[in-house]
This record gives sequence, structure tokens and C-alpha cells, in this order.
Amino acid sequence: MSVRNELVKESATEMARQLRAKEVSSRELVQAQLDLIEAAEPRIDAFLRVSGDQALDQADAFDKRLAAGDTDGLPELAGVPIAIKDMIVTKGIPTTAASKILEGWVPPYDATVIEKIKAAGMPILGKTNLDEFAQGSSTEHSAYKPTHNPWDTDRVPGGSGGGSASAVAAFEAPLALGTDTGGSIRQPGALTGTVGVKPTYGGVSRFGAIAMASSLDQIGPVSRSVLDAALLQELIGGYDHRDSTSIPKPVPPLASAAREGMRRDLKGLKVGLVKELGGEGYQPGVEARFNEGVKLLEGMGAEVVEVSCPHFPYALAAYYIIMPSEVSSNLARYDGMRYGLRVMPQAGVEQTAANMMSATREAGFGDEVKRRIILGIYALSAGYYDAWYGSAQKVRTLIIRDFEQAFEQADVLVSPTSPTTAFRFGDKMDDPLAMYLNDVATIPANMAGTPAMSIPAGLSDDGLPVGFQFFAPQMRDEVMYKPAAALEAALQEQWGGPVFKDLKAPWLDGHVSGTTK
Amino acid sequence: MAEKLMKYADAVAKYDPVFGLEVHVELSTNTKLFCPAHIEFGGEPNSQLTPVSLGLPGSLPVVNRTAIDYAVKLGLALHCKINEWSQFARKNYFYPDMPRDYQISQYDKPLNGQGYLDVELDDGSIFRVPIERAHVEDDAGKNTHLGGADGRIEGADHSLVDYNRAGVPLVEIVTKPIEGAGERTPEVAGAYVRAIRDIVRALNISHARMEQGNMRADVNVSLHAGPDAPLGTRSETKNVNTFKGIEKTLIYEIRRQAALLDSGGEVLQETRHWDESTQTTAGGRVKTDANDYRYFPDPDLVMVHVTSEHIEELRARMPEMPRERRARLKQEWDFTDRQMQDAVNADAVDLIEETVKAGATAAGARKWWLGEISREANSRGVTLRELPISAQDVADVERLIADGRLNDKLAKQTVSGVLAGEGSPAQVVKKHGYQVVSDDGALDTAVDQALRDNPDIVAKLKGGNMKPMGAIIGAVMRATKGQADAKAVSKIVMQRIAQ
Repeated sequence: MSVRNELVKESATEMARQLRAKEVSSRELVQAQLDLIEAAEPRIDAFLRVSGDQALDQADAFDKRLAAGDTDGLPELAGVPIAIKDMIVTKGIPTTAASKILEGWVPPYDATVIEKIKAAGMPILGKTNLDEFAQGSSTEHSAYKPTHNPWDTDRVPGGSGGGSASAVAAFEAPLALGTDTGGSIRQPGALTGTVGVKPTYGGVSRFGAIAMASSLDQIGPVSRSVLDAALLQELIGGYDHRDSTSIPKPVPPLASAAREGMRRDLKGLKVGLVKELGGEGYQPGVEARFNEGVKLLEGMGAEVVEVSCPHFPYALAAYYIIMPSEVSSNLARYDGMRYGLRVMPQAGVEQTAANMMSATREAGFGDEVKRRIILGIYALSAGYYDAWYGSAQKVRTLIIRDFEQAFEQADVLVSPTSPTTAFRFGDKMDDPLAMYLNDVATIPANMAGTPAMSIPAGLSDDGLPVGFQFFAPQMRDEVMYKPAAALEAALQEQWGGPVFKDLKAPWLDGHVSGTTK
Repeated sequence: MAEKLMKYADAVAKYDPVFGLEVHVELSTNTKLFCPAHIEFGGEPNSQLTPVSLGLPGSLPVVNRTAIDYAVKLGLALHCKINEWSQFARKNYFYPDMPRDYQISQYDKPLNGQGYLDVELDDGSIFRVPIERAHVEDDAGKNTHLGGADGRIEGADHSLVDYNRAGVPLVEIVTKPIEGAGERTPEVAGAYVRAIRDIVRALNISHARMEQGNMRADVNVSLHAGPDAPLGTRSETKNVNTFKGIEKTLIYEIRRQAALLDSGGEVLQETRHWDESTQTTAGGRVKTDANDYRYFPDPDLVMVHVTSEHIEELRARMPEMPRERRARLKQEWDFTDRQMQDAVNADAVDLIEETVKAGATAAGARKWWLGEISREANSRGVTLRELPISAQDVADVERLIADGRLNDKLAKQTVSGVLAGEGSPAQVVKKHGYQVVSDDGALDTAVDQALRDNPDIVAKLKGGNMKPMGAIIGAVMRATKGQADAKAVSKIVMQRIAQ
């Protein structure tokens, strides 16, 4: 392996250390990532757009700053490149939400998280693929192309954030941002062996995150290590006056919790096994890795108890009322009037604004998006509202109560992240309900607004990654980082390295010969 | 197609109108309801925008607390129950002037709940208008339809949208059904909307200029046979933006509906529009479903919390309300009901108050503002404030009269001079050399000459008939070119006769 191949496989924290120590420049690091993106993309298709020139400019600016010794106030990850899910607006870089309806739209402003990324001198490598408007669990619903799972390119990377997860798993980027509405960071994390975190709702500003379902959406980190995720969440988190639902409190100490966890001492920690998230529907290989993980937690001194969350089985059904309701309203603005696609009515049809809106939405949205908009309009309609939306909100309250009661018995809760490993393209495209079941274990955290994360628990007997999920109480994100980092360290000791040591990545070889200077 | 109308007097004799008003008041905050875009009337189209007011992907609304404070003040003035916790909801419908294709309004948890407003009618009686709610919402942009004959969407070949107004804060004040006004329905409606205008001006929370769309009303009305009969089907006339228009809409709708009902027809539940040019309402969209907006709580906005302490702070800072102030001023000024009403209608109450403060008597101030100056404003088609005369000017003229330096005629000429832009009263007086002839010598001479010229009148005066005194005064005035003081003239005449 070349030096550059070793570099792109490093954690973000290690890259940051090398930058500070001037062992590598940000330009060299960005160039290495861009070369690898070029080599990997033909097989992976994680990116909708690579913003190489801007990334290199940002890298140069950071290198200058470092050379000038102007490092005051820079966060630990300063200068490390990052990929951004195309659901987050970036000034001057086209942002599409993987939908035809936003094709060609160039945002005139940056999301709050992007402002913070830029302030930290982190070059933006590009915009990653997703299911259209983050609606899906496989990234097959992207209007542009499917993204492939680096562990088996015939399989999906999960969704909706398959692009960010695959980019990080394939070493195209050390870090990425995702958005998680029902599991869109964590489920792809599980399917690609990456770390994915959904912070407490309100912990990271949503300003500039294209809305799917506003009461559930949350921006979060994607990485190859728990500590990297902690550092990234600390960097993007915190109060933002431009988001009314933002929590007016400082970010809890996440990196220190992760570092503490790496000492692998969990004495005094009570871990709650969620009874309802397992059993029927869960692949045996998934359950096996999950149970081994629980044993390892026990081995580090944690006390494991079983907890019941009796209303979790209703979470999926309630989610499929609330989410589409909000989708139907949030996506109304894509009407061809102000930006994005405009399709004029066919000849012979009256050329009115209303007909233009219909023609635009008919042509611009994919089937899954239309399905959810129709569901949502139905659920919110007069006469149905109380029965559907009203009941779903009651279920939501019960799920919050379930979490509160469970956290009286345990400090953190655990479950498999996804019931299965990565499935093949097309397997679930004709069966929306089977597709929706992928998120059965991730949805409760969105419904309650509690933080949750997925870390790799090893490979199933099919050779594909399995995700291990931690839940923490609201606004106590640090509570899950400690055992997650501990479990990661224990597993890596067992495996003799990160889970990615078993990843066959031929694009790394192509990268060596093609681009070494 | 002219619709059949019943005579108004017959219509209200036969049917009892039940009406309701939804008055929209634009708040005069510096920035919009949900983003920091600046608000200014008449700006370049689409110049007052942020990603939020344009509804760009990823943008989020955040509530402007000043707008909430303004709305609470209005709620207090309308005796509403102020809800400490209220909630914004989305009202979903597609329209080009709505950047998000939903309006952010309030639904089942409005900021201001039930209240009432007592309005004073022309005869001085009080009518209590019951208020259902006064909630906060954002305004839409403005469509301009081009290529047609009359600026309406019908017949236009294209439309332009200006989003400057999109996001401007509104309070929508919704009455309960108003019953019992009978034939005075239009008068009550007009008085109610004027009272709201006066209140928001007194609170300084809206420019309240109807011609700029700061205030507009939706007018609902239905007819039934009497207080105990079932309610009839109502029509809703949208966006009426003049006081007269509101009154005329009600008169027209009452006449139209009465004629329909009388001929066995049926009133449609529909949205109509007041057409100023034809002085009629025209039918529009038939409302098939009262609730097709798919309201739900806006998940982008946390609930609005106004603490009871804050409400009390705002209450303590409330200015005197217009009706109470008028009652007080009427008493202080010793005006009759009619005089006070005239002052109100002429929008002269503040000016009279300022003139009195500047030293004039209330009667003097009223005489000028409602007399010469109002006539001038009417003929120029401007408001009193827009004329080049101030309360101080009027008080100065009054002082010159009181000091005996001007008589009525000269005072009027002085005011005319000020109105003509010739400067302050002192400058006008100086320029034209206006001066009452108060020098007794010159006046004595003029009076004596007049008495000599009119021996028959002198005889009458001596006989105790004082009627022809005016003729002598007139003769003296002519002789002095109007600069004599009538009182002084009459005093000298009396002295001469007594001799």
C-alpha cells in the first residue's frame, strides 16, 4: 500500500493530527481523496457532484492559515475534508435532494452546519447521493442513479443516506454529513459498516437542511470511528437562532465521553436490551453479532438488563402517518414558480399557473415521493385528521413515555440497527412495506427526538456488515458515546483492526498506480 | 348580468341580517414575521427577501417577538383572552403568491381568544361586537395580472409576482356572528372597522392605511326571517379594502340575498368580490368544503409562550383607547355629540388636541380645522395633515384674534395665506399688512362718517332698534378696507347714540 492509500484509510482524527503536525498538507489530503473518488466512483456512485476545485481552494486557504499560525479557536477536525449529503444546501454548489425537480438549483446561502464546516476550514469534497428527498431505505429512489455498497457492489448501501455512508466506507471521504428522519444515517451506517449518529432533535441546527419531515429530521455525522463522529457532532452542534426548534444549550461533551469509553471500563453502566427490537424479522447473522456485542459490553463491566418499550411496535405505523403528512406540506413549494424545474402544460391544456404546477410536479417527482405526498394529503384531510394524524401523535407521546420509563431502568438502550444486512438492488423496490420495515428499529428515536447511533458490530455470516445501535436520553448524547467507543475498541481488538480491514476495495489499487505524483 | 335586488328598506324589514367580519391588519414591524427581511411599502419588486421569505429549500421560519407583542396589545385592546401558549399552524393551499404553498397561520390555538369591542354609532349609542379570536399569520405576495382590460386575472395573458409582502405580519380579527344590528348592519360594520383602525393607530402597531392594503376585510352575511329562525346560507366577500366598500358590500349583499330568497331562490355558499367600478359583488369560487386547508401544527415552530408577567407589562403600557379618549376630550372641550363626531369623521381629533395644547380654545380650533381647512383639504383631495398648516399656525391665528390684532375676515385671509404656502401666520400678516384698525381716532372718524351718511339708521338705533347695526359696521368695514374690529365699531356706535 502506498503512503497515500494509508492516508485515506486513516480516521479523521488521525488526519487532523497529521495536518497539525504538518506531516501532510490539507491540499495533499484533499487531492488524495479526490483521486480516490475518481477511482472509486465508477463502482460506487456515492457522489452526485464532486466539488474538487472548491475543495482544493478551501484546502489552500487552510494550509495558509496553518502556515501563518492562525489556529486559535479551530476545532480538532479543522482542515479535514468532508462529503455532504445533497439534502443540505451549499452556497454556490448545486443542491438537488436527488430530485429532478431541483435540477440545476444553486443555493444562494449556506446551511448553518455548512457555515460551521467552512469556518473550521474543512474542504467540501462534494454532494452525496440519497433517495429522492431522503425518502427511501436503499438510495434506489435517487432520481439520478443508485449508489453501490462497497462491501458488495450488487447490493444497496441502505438509505436514504447511502451516498454519504458508501463514500465514507469506500474511503472516498473520511467524514460525511447525513440527515436522519427515520434512520437515514444509522441504517446505511449499519449496511456499510460506518458509524452514523442521529443527535438529539434540536441538537444540530436544521437551518439549510432541506425539509422532509420537520419534526423528525436531524443532521448528523457519518464516520469510520466513534471519536470522529463525536468531534464532528461537537463541531456542527449547538444553538442556532435561525432554527426555532434548536435547543438553547451548549453541545454536551461528546469527544471526552468517547475518549473515556476507549479505556473500556463500563463499570456502573446499566445497558437496557430493548425486548421489542429483535426476534421475528431479524436475520440470525444480525442477531448473532448483536448478542456478541452485548456480551462484550458485559465483559467491560456493564450491567445488562432487559427493558420493555411496549409501544415501539406501533412506531412504524405512526411514523408512516406523521412523516408523509409533513412531507405533503414541506414539498408543496416545489411548484415550478420560483426555482428548479418548470414544465409547461401540454399543448391543448390551458396554460395556467395551476396546470403548470401540476405538470411540473408530475414530471419532477418520483413515484415514492408521490406516494408519500398522497398519503400525507389523505391523512391531513378534513374528517380524517383526528383519526390519522391525531392518533399518530398520541402514539408518539406513548413512545416518548416508553423511552422515559426505559431510561429509569437503564442508562443506555441497545438494539440491532437494521433487521437485515444489505439487500440486492431491486429486491424491495416493488414492495414498499418490506422496504419500510428496514427502519423498524431506527424510527422510535426519531419519533421521540432522542439521540441514537449505529456502530459496526462485525460481519454477518453473509460477509456483510451488521449495525449495533445505542440510544441515549434526550439531550444526553454523551451517554451513548462512551459505551459505543468502548464496544468499538473491544471489537477492534478482537478483529485486529477496524471492520474495514476485511473490505475488498479494488479501487484502492487503481488509485495507487494512476495518481501517485 | 344584473342581479335582482330588493329595496334595502324592504329587505331589512323582511329579513334579519347576521353578519361577520374578518379584518386583516398588517403590523408595522421593521422586519417580517418569520425572517429579518426589511419591510417597506413601495420597494422595488422582490427586493425585500431572504431565503425564508422566498421559501427556499432548507429555510426555516423563526417568530418575530415584536410582532407577537404588537398582536398581544391589539388583543388587550379588544378585550381578548390572551393565551399564554399559542401555536402556529400550516394552512395548505397552492397559489403562486405563497412562497411555500402554505400560509403560516394559527388554527386551534390562537394568540388572542374571545373578546369584544364596543363601537359608537352616529347617534352616540354603543353596539358591542363580539370577537371570536385575533390570530397572527403571515401575508402572501402580490400578483399583478397584465395584458387584460381591467387588471383582473380573467383576460390577462400573464401575471407577475412580487414577494416583498410575503411574510409581512398580519393579525386577523374574526368576529362571532353579529346579530341584532338590523337595518343598522352597514353602520355597525363601518363603525367597527373604523374603531379598529383608530385602535391600531393609537397603539402604533400598524400604519392602517387602507389604500396601501394595511387593512382589509372579508365580509360575511346571511339573512334569516328573525332571531328565532334558522340561520341562512352566507356569502363571503373577500378583501374589501375601503370603509365605504364594506358598508356597500353589506347593503348590496342584503338586497341581493333578500331578492333571491323572496323569489324562492337559494343563496350559494360562495366567495364573492366587491367591484368598486360597478358597485356590485360578483360571484367567484363556490365553497364546497369549509375545511380543505389540511391545517396541522407547524413543526418548524415551537409553541409561542407569552408569560402572564409579560402580558401585564404590556397592559400597563397601553395608551388610552380612542373611544375613552374621545369621551374625555369631548367633555374637556365641551363639544356636542355632533361636533365630536364631525371631528372624528374629519380625522381632526388629534389636530384639535394639538391646537388646544398650543394655546387655542377648543371651539376656536374646531372652527378652523372643520371649517376653512377641511374645505381646502377636500378641494385638494388630501388629508388635513398633508396641508401646509400646523396646529401651531392655527393657535397663532387664534391668539392674534384674541389679542384683537386680527378680525374674523383678516384671520380667514391669514389662514388662506398659510394654506397657500406663504409661511407662518406672522409672515402672512406682515406680507399683506393685515392689521385691525384699532386706532380710535381713525375708527372714530370712520364711524362718524358712516353715521352721517345714514341718518335713517341712526334714528332707528336711537329708537332702540338694533337690527341695522350691521349696516353701519359694514359701512365702516368698507371704509377701512376690512381692517376694523367689529366689536370696537359697535362700541363706538353705542357711545355716539347715547350722547
